[in-house]
Amino acid sequence: MLDIRFPIGMMFSIFGVIITVYGLATIGNEALYMPSLNVNINLISGLCTLVFGLVMLFLSEPVKKKLKRKNS
Amino acid sequence: MDTKFALQGIDYLIMAVYFLFVLGIGWALKKYMKNATAFLEAGRSIPAWVAGLAFISTNLGALEVMGMTGSGLKYGMLTTHFYWIGAIPAMVFLALFMMRFYYGSKARSVPEYLKLRFNEKTRGLNAILFAVMTVLASGISMYALAILLENVLGWNFNVSLLASAAIVLAYTYLGGLSSAIYNEVLQFFIIVIGLLPMAILVMSDVGGWGGLQHSLAPIVESKGFAADAWTTTWKYTANASGNPLGVAWYGIFAGLGFVLSFGYWCTNFLIVQRAMAAESMTAARKVPLIGAIPKMFIPFLIIVPGIAALVLLNDPLKGFSLPLNDAGQPIYDYTIIMLLKHYLPAGVLGLGVTALLASFMSGMAGNVSAFNTVWTYDIYQSYIRPATGDKDADDRHYLKVGKMATIVGVLVSIAAAYIASKFGNIMDFLQTIFSMINAPLFAVIFLGMFWKRSTGNAAFTGLLAGFLIALVHHGLTQPEGATTLVKGGWLGVLHVYPVEMAQNFWTAIIAFTTSTLLTVIISLLSKRSKSDAELNGLVYSMTPKLDDSGVIWYQRPWFLATIVGLIMITLSIIFW
Repeated sequence: MLDIRFPIGMMFSIFGVIITVYGLATIGNEALYMPSLNVNINLISGLCTLVFGLVMLFLSEPVKKKLKRKNS
Repeated sequence: MDTKFALQGIDYLIMAVYFLFVLGIGWALKKYMKNATAFLEAGRSIPAWVAGLAFISTNLGALEVMGMTGSGLKYGMLTTHFYWIGAIPAMVFLALFMMRFYYGSKARSVPEYLKLRFNEKTRGLNAILFAVMTVLASGISMYALAILLENVLGWNFNVSLLASAAIVLAYTYLGGLSSAIYNEVLQFFIIVIGLLPMAILVMSDVGGWGGLQHSLAPIVESKGFAADAWTTTWKYTANASGNPLGVAWYGIFAGLGFVLSFGYWCTNFLIVQRAMAAESMTAARKVPLIGAIPKMFIPFLIIVPGIAALVLLNDPLKGFSLPLNDAGQPIYDYTIIMLLKHYLPAGVLGLGVTALLASFMSGMAGNVSAFNTVWTYDIYQSYIRPATGDKDADDRHYLKVGKMATIVGVLVSIAAAYIASKFGNIMDFLQTIFSMINAPLFAVIFLGMFWKRSTGNAAFTGLLAGFLIALVHHGLTQPEGATTLVKGGWLGVLHVYPVEMAQNFWTAIIAFTTSTLLTVIISLLSKRSKSDAELNGLVYSMTPKLDDSGVIWYQRPWFLATIVGLIMITLSIIFW
């Protein structure tokens, strides 16, 4: 059956990219990051989400199979 | 007080991606839904870790998340009792001692276990109450979601209600229980990732745990409690009046730690169904233990920020406030909403809002997927359609019935949501009543599993009488300051409890005791209805011990249970 790690990995990688890009685009926007204690929380959180998404993807069966085929 | 979020395009984009994946999972699972077993029991093929996360995710609905953050503000660290003593022992017990009978008996639902162990009428009583309860519960959560979307995002009530119902219907209809479980796992991760930035920001704002303790002291003392009453769990439970929860340690132990939690975690089919869908007997027994580990850390995500909110509320410089109700009281359930609004900028805010949406929807889906199973197997198959003897035709037929039940379940939920919007109090009342089903059910299942002498008639009487006595107790008692009969006292007031929590605990304890006593006495007075051979696989002493020697040591349930126990003891000592 479907390995749930694959959609989880895909979804969080997409979230990670969206939020990281937004975080990069808003560097120096002090008004936006006033509530979050002047921290660019989008950049940090986006990168963490992206890492989580990629780890899930690499653990998932469809990706593992592909990697194996490439190696052999 | 403005509760509206100023969402940007990016927040909507995140939400849209989430819905795409939710529906996509349902779509991807569609091709596996060939028979009733696949649709209603996920083909008993779910890996332990997936079922384990779904197991706690089902309980992590948005109402729970919002309520727990609010309780953190109101009761402080004592709220963690709901996650530690009030969940972990029960989950460990379910895993080590009960799961093998649910899974091994080949029962497809908790009511069906009652049928196998006792008799048809005990199953019927439980199945009907459960079916009604789950549909109404899903209606209540739809209603709450629509209200929230109206208040927070400014969306139209009707549109929110129907759109969320349509999405839930789409993915449960397409992928059945598997789809509900997979989406619960998705929801678990999005709750953690969506709420974590808020939790970290609020904690650094109040100066970490040390700063929180320091700032809380004067606030808590002005309420008449010890300086650290909000940051400890057991320290002030010698007397009920010494802690904000208003319950002493024995009440917490017996009420929450035993009756309420065992009743909920060990017998509620909504929860147990996740473990019953596991791929093997070992996996099924591991499910509650795998769920228990993240469960113990969820308080740091939702309860501790609530406690910090008490400091923010009392510091005018922070500019943090809660919306007020008509009586001018703060609405504690909005604590987490206001924290998200206070700290998160566009971007991560979208993730936080999506986390709340996700938990509402998976709550509904969980109810619907438990409802359709009980309806199809325990009501339709047992009372409406006699068996035909053609297994393949039956299986196709029940798949159809299960799918129809999914549609009907969602439609009835929508109706219930509209009733709730007209008569909110009636729904609160019904929810209180349904919470009385679990304690007697646990008494009966516990006796059934561990005492071969207990009989069908005794179980039926115990179940019914326990429920009725809980009703009577609720009708004769009230929490202090109750303004509506929904809180109790509708038969006249014999006793007043200091807080509602204490009343709930005692209702459950009394129901459980009555049920146990009656079941034991009637069993002893009546003749055994099942022979030893018939009880093989259903009763502890009549079933051969399970041999785990073929399983690697770190995969064995006993090993996992020890780890879970050690973590819980450590947490309890740290936050004593």
